[in-house]
Amino acid sequence: MSKQVSVTIDGITVSVPDGITVADAAKMAGIDIPVFCHHPKLEPVGMCRMCLVEVGRPMLDRATGQVVLENGQPKIQFMPKLETACTNRVSEGMVVMTISDKAKAGQKGTVELLLTSHPLDCPVCDKGGECPLQNLTMAHGPGKSRFNYDEKMHLEKMIPLGELMWLDRERCIQCARCIRFQDEVAGEAVLGFDERGRSTQIISISDPGFDSVFSGNTSDICPVGALTTADFRFGARPWELKAEASICTQCPVGCNTTINTRREAKAGGDVVVKRIMPRQNEEVNEIWLCDKGRFGYHYTESKKRLTRPMIRKDDKLARASWDAATKLAAEKFSADKKNFVVLASGRLANEDLFNLKSLADHAGGTALLYSDMGGGELTQLVGVGAGTNIGNMGKGDAILVVASDLYEEAPIWWLRVKQAADRGATLIVANPRETKLDRFAKYAIRYSYGDEVKTINDLSKKSKISDEFAKARNAIVLFGSEGLSVNSSTAVASACASLLQETGHVGRANNGLIGVWQRANDQGAFEIGFQPEEDLEKALKGKSVYIVGADPVGDSPALAKALNSAKFVAVQEILETATTEIADVVFPAQAYTEREGTYVSGERRVQRFHAAVPATGDGKPDFAITSMVAKQMGIILEGSAASVVFDILSHSIDAFTELNYAKLAEFHGQWPIVGRGDLYYGGTTYENTQGLGVQLTPTAQTEGTVRIPKVRKEAVLRPREKDLLAVPVNKLYDLGVMIASTELLEQRIGQATFTLHSTTAKKLGVEAGQKLALSFDGGGGEAIVKIDDTISTGVVLVPRGMGLAIREPVVAHVQTRSAAGKVK
Amino acid sequence: MAVFDSFIELSKGLGETLRSFLFEKTVTYQYPEVKREVRPRFRGRHVLKRYDNGLEKCIGCSLCAAACPADAIFVEASENTDEKRFSPGERYASTYEINMLRCIYCGFCEDACPTEAIVLGDNYELSFTDRKSAIYPKEMLIEPVRTVEMITPQKVEPGVFKRSVPEMKDPTD
Repeated sequence: MSKQVSVTIDGITVSVPDGITVADAAKMAGIDIPVFCHHPKLEPVGMCRMCLVEVGRPMLDRATGQVVLENGQPKIQFMPKLETACTNRVSEGMVVMTISDKAKAGQKGTVELLLTSHPLDCPVCDKGGECPLQNLTMAHGPGKSRFNYDEKMHLEKMIPLGELMWLDRERCIQCARCIRFQDEVAGEAVLGFDERGRSTQIISISDPGFDSVFSGNTSDICPVGALTTADFRFGARPWELKAEASICTQCPVGCNTTINTRREAKAGGDVVVKRIMPRQNEEVNEIWLCDKGRFGYHYTESKKRLTRPMIRKDDKLARASWDAATKLAAEKFSADKKNFVVLASGRLANEDLFNLKSLADHAGGTALLYSDMGGGELTQLVGVGAGTNIGNMGKGDAILVVASDLYEEAPIWWLRVKQAADRGATLIVANPRETKLDRFAKYAIRYSYGDEVKTINDLSKKSKISDEFAKARNAIVLFGSEGLSVNSSTAVASACASLLQETGHVGRANNGLIGVWQRANDQGAFEIGFQPEEDLEKALKGKSVYIVGADPVGDSPALAKALNSAKFVAVQEILETATTEIADVVFPAQAYTEREGTYVSGERRVQRFHAAVPATGDGKPDFAITSMVAKQMGIILEGSAASVVFDILSHSIDAFTELNYAKLAEFHGQWPIVGRGDLYYGGTTYENTQGLGVQLTPTAQTEGTVRIPKVRKEAVLRPREKDLLAVPVNKLYDLGVMIASTELLEQRIGQATFTLHSTTAKKLGVEAGQKLALSFDGGGGEAIVKIDDTISTGVVLVPRGMGLAIREPVVAHVQTRSAAGKVK
Repeated sequence: MAVFDSFIELSKGLGETLRSFLFEKTVTYQYPEVKREVRPRFRGRHVLKRYDNGLEKCIGCSLCAAACPADAIFVEASENTDEKRFSPGERYASTYEINMLRCIYCGFCEDACPTEAIVLGDNYELSFTDRKSAIYPKEMLIEPVRTVEMITPQKVEPGVFKRSVPEMKDPTD
């Protein structure tokens, strides 16, 4: 704990940490000093002058340096003028007056000046109702302006900063919160001020406009309605919205969110999701949310949602009753017990996965996880210790990121790791190419694709980097799946786990291994006992397959072929996909917005999500459908309530012992204070009152040293001179079912690309922007060439989830070279 | 004598009837053929007003719905463009419904309206045979246009109708 100092604010003497600002100290003491530009997550700038207060400090004798006493009390010397509470740091004996006449007059004057050029369009403003300027004008404003109404500045009202964010120049009060967020927190300086004085205005200085995946956060912290999201613009008034706690399903970070819903005539009188807002959890996402999480929810209300169970009749899917559909599936599964395969993805909740695993176990089948990445058993052994918070890591700590482009795979982790590096943590990035995180890394290690394990093992040998990692107080390793297959990523996980164990970085908070999984609940699937399969084609061929929450047919022609030759395919999905097209039976499931459940984040935090909107059609929660199928097979599984399934789960799986829904719903006060009553202070992020979740304890923490399973080394692919080594990389905005339905993100998704080194491109005779056709085992296709000179020659980067069907590193053959010129 | 007394009383009463019939002004209106004019502050069925150029005054801000103590009003907004303009400014009410069974005619919606778009008019003849038809949509509430060109949405010159809330010359008004 840092040094405490005692300060007197409005007659109340409080003890606060030394060095915090007067505004924050007052907030801790329960006194609200009005602020606009000050935000507890940002460095103070003192731009808006709203927080003017009287500050007095104990008078020191110039000769002796001693505090001058008056009547036995220190003599307080007040500054002749008002000072800003946000830029002054507290010191011992400080006296602050926030509601004296002088301070009040200063605050009143500031509001009056701010309003000289603020339009009175609160009735049409999206911020109206949750607007700090509105609230502070009511509380501190003069009531009547002495300025001439006609002299207000009239500026442009609809400026697209990018396709996701709109700026209203008139409403902006130049607090620079958005600019500072992008500079300091996100580390992407894409906004700036133009002009000066009364003409100062915000502009985007990137191409494409507002090129950041954190852009939506600026609208949360904007103290006026100047920044609005294209998604929510004019969608509803804030007071009409209902709020329900949820968890983001787009990546393994597990950001806490709030789903705002409203009944809508456009949707035929249904309750619909109007916006997704971040919900404070200082240990997970703080108060931020990436744009994928904020705007990607549209798939849950897509027109392609499945509404009725269907059975294939005469080569066509026809509507059926739940009873008939589950009965058919149950018959086929029972008849083919040994060849029964459950293929589920990490899009599902723990309850669903637990029921599916129980079904597979009881029926004698196998349960496979639909993922290209392994290593989940290692994160159970040496995962991060309970109480881990990357937000607490800083000087003396180390973070190693291996084979992952965090910016593309888990943006909020990227942001938090970047901030830890800003605080002084040693950041080591090991990746075959340059990623956005390299800018903040102390050490960037480059290796060739295929040398991942060797690179990590080298960190055990003596070197400057390995010394610093070993000596770090705390160390975390994040490993991803860039350029890796199921087996090789497991090998990487094993190498990372060994490194952590050797250096003593396991079994404690802020120490351990984190998997940057491809889906939100992959970690949960591993906990429950699912395993990914390297040779998925072989595992599916000729089997009776129960596919849940996955689209293998759409992802890969090879898997489509395998499934076409499967004996029976039952698909449980929320959307029509290529896989439902070939299915024999289709079960419509409920989206995460329509039901409750739990996910396990990559940091192994179990978190609850709640139902926000009613179910679509006849859809049922996945765990209930599985229980119906099981019942027809003569197996009794709980299917009535998610909480009961979770209770059974927590009794069956050691890591979840003593967990229940009530425990997951526990919460405590967090700093900074955000939420409904404190909109002006921390923005419109929702406060967390529905549970912070519980982090699971890794085996290394309960049992001390663990034995780390060795994984057989994969042979490294070395393609012939003429061919290329195609390696999969992960992309944030891809064509996956969970993102492709969001029209707003179309531009960001873009087209599929093949990234080459310029030498390789020259050898192939292609230029950036031209089309190139490649074929490789299991897939291939045409994509646009991109040049990146940080990758090695002879390698082509192929994005996953962009229709090119790549699961693992493969040898690619160049097919044709299109000389069609530049493609836009 | 009692018989005589009651005859006097009867004729007194009938005389009063005859006097009022002959000399007093009739108060009965032949409703519905004849309709009595309502008082200036009468609060009848709502009307959504238009500007002189035909644009709707309502900007879909939903403040009436927020002020409504009976939760009778439902508003949904959409974005205006100069190609398809319903009201001045960026926002217009794409859905505007009042449930006349819920409305208590308090007039709070009028007070809340920043553009004086919603006005409680003089129509008190509301009758419906089922609950659903008690919900009056925007088409039933909005003032009729005087000429065909004034029908909204209108195609207008770009950059003219930028302000949602009209500039009031005297802000105290």
